[in-house]
Amino acid sequence: MPQDFRLDNVGMVNREKKISFKFNGKKYFGFEGDTIASALIANGVHLVGRSFKYHRPRGFFGVGVDEPYAILQLDRNNERDPNIRATEQEIFEGLEVKSVNCWPSVNFDIGAINNFLKMFFPAGFYYKTFMWPPSFWYKIYEPFIRMAAGFGEASIKHDKERYEHKYEYCDLLITGSGPSGLASAYAAAKNGARVILAEDKPRFGGSLLTSDVNIGNQTGVEWTEKIIAELKSMPNVTVKNRSQVFGYYDHNMLVMSERISDHLPKTQKYLPKQRLWYIRANEVLISSGSIERPLVFGNNDTPGVMLSSAAKEYMKVYGVLVGKKPLIFTNNDSGYETAIEFKKNGVNPIILDTRSNPSSDIITEAKNLNIEIKFSHVVVAAKGYKKVKSADIAKISDDKKELFNIENIECDCICVSGFWTPSIHLASQSGNKSKFNEKIDAFVPDKSKQQENTIGSANGIFTLEETIKDAFDKGFDVSNKITEKNNKVSVPTVVEKKSTDHDKFWCVPLPKGKSYKRFLDFQNDVAVSDIELALREGFRSIEHVKRYTTLGMATDQGKTSNLNGLQLVSDIENKVVPQVGHTTFRPPYTPVSIGAIVGREVGKHSKPTRKSPMHSWHEKNNAVFVDAGVWLRPRYYKQGNEGLFEASKREAKNVRQNVGVCDVTTLGKIDVKGPDAAEFLNRVYTNAWLKLPVGKARYGVMLREDGIVMDDGTTTRISENHYHMTTTTAQAANVLSHLEYYLQLVWPELNVNVVSTTEQWAGAAIAGPNSRKLLMKLFPNLDVSNEGLPFMGYKEADLFGVPAKIYRISFSGELAYEINVESDSGYFMWEKIMEVGKEFQIQPYGTEALSTLRIEMGHVAGSELDGRTIPYDASLEGLVSKKKDFIGKRSLNRSAFTSTDREKLVGVVPIDKTTSIPEGSYIVKDPKAKLPNPKLGHVSASCWSVEYDNPFSLAIIKDGKNMIGQKLFAMSPLKNKTIPVEIVSSHYVDPEGKRVRS
Amino acid sequence: MLYINCPHCGLRSQNEFAYGGDATVKRPELNKEISDQEWDNFVYLRKSPRGKHLELWHHISGCRQWIKVERDTSTHEIFKTYKANEAIE
Ligand SMILES: [Zn+2]
Repeated sequence: MPQDFRLDNVGMVNREKKISFKFNGKKYFGFEGDTIASALIANGVHLVGRSFKYHRPRGFFGVGVDEPYAILQLDRNNERDPNIRATEQEIFEGLEVKSVNCWPSVNFDIGAINNFLKMFFPAGFYYKTFMWPPSFWYKIYEPFIRMAAGFGEASIKHDKERYEHKYEYCDLLITGSGPSGLASAYAAAKNGARVILAEDKPRFGGSLLTSDVNIGNQTGVEWTEKIIAELKSMPNVTVKNRSQVFGYYDHNMLVMSERISDHLPKTQKYLPKQRLWYIRANEVLISSGSIERPLVFGNNDTPGVMLSSAAKEYMKVYGVLVGKKPLIFTNNDSGYETAIEFKKNGVNPIILDTRSNPSSDIITEAKNLNIEIKFSHVVVAAKGYKKVKSADIAKISDDKKELFNIENIECDCICVSGFWTPSIHLASQSGNKSKFNEKIDAFVPDKSKQQENTIGSANGIFTLEETIKDAFDKGFDVSNKITEKNNKVSVPTVVEKKSTDHDKFWCVPLPKGKSYKRFLDFQNDVAVSDIELALREGFRSIEHVKRYTTLGMATDQGKTSNLNGLQLVSDIENKVVPQVGHTTFRPPYTPVSIGAIVGREVGKHSKPTRKSPMHSWHEKNNAVFVDAGVWLRPRYYKQGNEGLFEASKREAKNVRQNVGVCDVTTLGKIDVKGPDAAEFLNRVYTNAWLKLPVGKARYGVMLREDGIVMDDGTTTRISENHYHMTTTTAQAANVLSHLEYYLQLVWPELNVNVVSTTEQWAGAAIAGPNSRKLLMKLFPNLDVSNEGLPFMGYKEADLFGVPAKIYRISFSGELAYEINVESDSGYFMWEKIMEVGKEFQIQPYGTEALSTLRIEMGHVAGSELDGRTIPYDASLEGLVSKKKDFIGKRSLNRSAFTSTDREKLVGVVPIDKTTSIPEGSYIVKDPKAKLPNPKLGHVSASCWSVEYDNPFSLAIIKDGKNMIGQKLFAMSPLKNKTIPVEIVSSHYVDPEGKRVRS
Repeated sequence: MLYINCPHCGLRSQNEFAYGGDATVKRPELNKEISDQEWDNFVYLRKSPRGKHLELWHHISGCRQWIKVERDTSTHEIFKTYKANEAIE
């Protein structure tokens, strides 16, 4: 298939390599190095989408990040990628893209009826139109908007692609490889600075790729290649293409998105699709260039109307003609460069220049090439629906208010140039307040806020000579500041065509009796009339006008619309642009994929997974695991067809009747050491610690300063100045921070050190009436009698040659011991316990049985100590010392904490002894009371009591202890259950605590 | 992301630290008779100044030391960092 709009032997695409791709199901081909945009234009395709509000036909407007129209949906390797800019996405073999925001198809779009109803879609139309009646919103408005609007469709499948994060540090980050970026990178690198040079496009060089200039006796392209090659060879320089620095954050942290595989048919095996770079730079040079401004006239959104610089780049970089009968509409010399390029390629353009009589080198050159130039002329309106077919043009009066001699001339594209807007986004994000430069009618960065400077056309410098000189200087200066070296390279001579001043005129008046739409924001369909209306309706602040009209709020963030919008507001208000000010620029400069932001932290990589040393044993023995914080713990060990309920019941019962073993490695463990350790614990815990003898453990509760229980656990005095503290699994990290806080900041005079030893010890709890018999066999040389190792006692002994620590503590309420060995021996310990325990009917038990055992006993855990309870609420008053002071004690006197109707811990049993009570149920007096039914409290934990073989729950209810014996109701509106219950003691099993002491 | 100069470790990114609140709050001494109001101020009342603020940060993924950071809450500028018990200038 011939490509009607492809030039022979022009451009930088690889003509040796043909690539086929599909657009809206139809096959096209392009060359390696083409973007979707350049390849489609080469094939004569200009209609690629529909606009957001009016569904007007959309073509291509730009050639890079500024593109407001050509946003497509991409299918790659069975993955969907929405919101791809056709001007940036390179083609690859097998690429499939389709239009978005059109339904049912780009050629026949039902939403285009909006275009004919446009009187009903003025500024603020969402606020006005879709207001009333409310029922219409869900049934009619929203489905309609959803069907007709939006930019593409995200995949609901898991994204199988890999995205990576990288942290990098450098002396100097340079954001853009145009002339200023290259020059400053070169100067700084030669002076020994560690430099990162980032370019968002595949090709380096920026404007040098398309401008007719000479640097150091080389063309712009040759000079670019030379500098890039040299930079790449230097060890202190990182050069990255396809990399967009999109955000400037605090303390000179910038974030860059590198597209590594997006231009390939498939992500390579060891490479990610994209990589996000977090770059901490000592200094930043912003060389992000400038974007051409549109001129505003009737139907200026018709496909075929595009930026003149884009038309030039399509020719020079891609060898593609955007049209064969081009009209160039300009208010400055840039349009002439495009016209000359057309002429050189055998196409005859017509230039309409708004200026009356400008003269410069480049205008003379155009004249000498016999290019037709009409001064004081404007485009009044583009004609044609899906593509420009002709244009109404006119002569304009010197005061730019009146149009004469309107005539229609044939053309197939209109290339507009309204001068240049510096890309100050990154500077603005850094906190730099910009200032208005009257000479160029645009904002440029003001005083540096962070360690940043802006160079080249991003700083409003539009001549190459000045740009190169300034960039060499800045590159040297910032590197000199960092490296303190003085290796200065000489600035090359620059030859360029001199241009003359631009015309400040930018918006063509409407001819009498015409009401053409003149668009400012091409992606959000904001026209001149919308801004006028917003101002008539009283909106003044530019931030309000922006939100009301949606000007500049599309995914292109108004890169092409911003300044024209400000200009219009200032014209109507009889102000100047700096008085109106501009809206805030926020990151990201260009859209970034969510995948890149998330990086590798997805699925099981979203947080670390911690496993105990016995994990593989649990796996081999059919454990079903549960997440406990970042730990994986066995919830139960499945036998046969058992489910959670049967298995946990069996395991808990076996503990009550024989002996069970539970992996308690996950408990937080903290070593507390030092001569003042006892005093410290005495301040941290609510109970007394000064008299705990060596070799003894004690249960303790710690509070926050506001009196709320923070954590509980046992702490053992290993030796005179050494304590072994345990915490709950969930609070381990918080408790360590808490202890460090008091030791380092509040009581630095205490000579104590704390360190986490959670991972150093593997723990196994053996519990049940047979546990002592088991212990005797595990430690035959140890006296484990009730006298030798009493409740809350501690001993060290050898477990078949492995040093072990034995704590006689119990969470299950049974006679129980906890054995700790160094983690490396954990698996060995576990196997020995199972092997030796066989004759005592040992079974492992998981967290579910563990819960059952502690609930039956009325032992509190996280579901009771939920950040709202004080010790009195949880039946822990016996642990609160009256004599000494401790963290949080003063708060316990607060009236709310001493009030009698505080919710306190009780037990709950269903009257029918069969219906389980859902956790979270409310306890109420009268289930039929008028809503809101007064709540007495809530059910915190439920289990099936294996001791009594009926359901049992813990609850925290008002005036708890005095409610024992009362018949109330547990209501769960979620489960739609109302269960008659009796309030009982929370100590449901062995209330005297005989078993643990047996 | 802030760049915090830990007095023990040097410049580290914010994601190694946990924020710890106002560093000027002083805990009442143990066993001291104080009014309810004084205790209430210590537990609950914090100023939220715009501008310079001395605050605590905990280098949890580093040296595990609590440090004091003098920071501007509106610009994020960090003026100085101190060890836990260093005298504040
Ligand atoms: Zn540190």
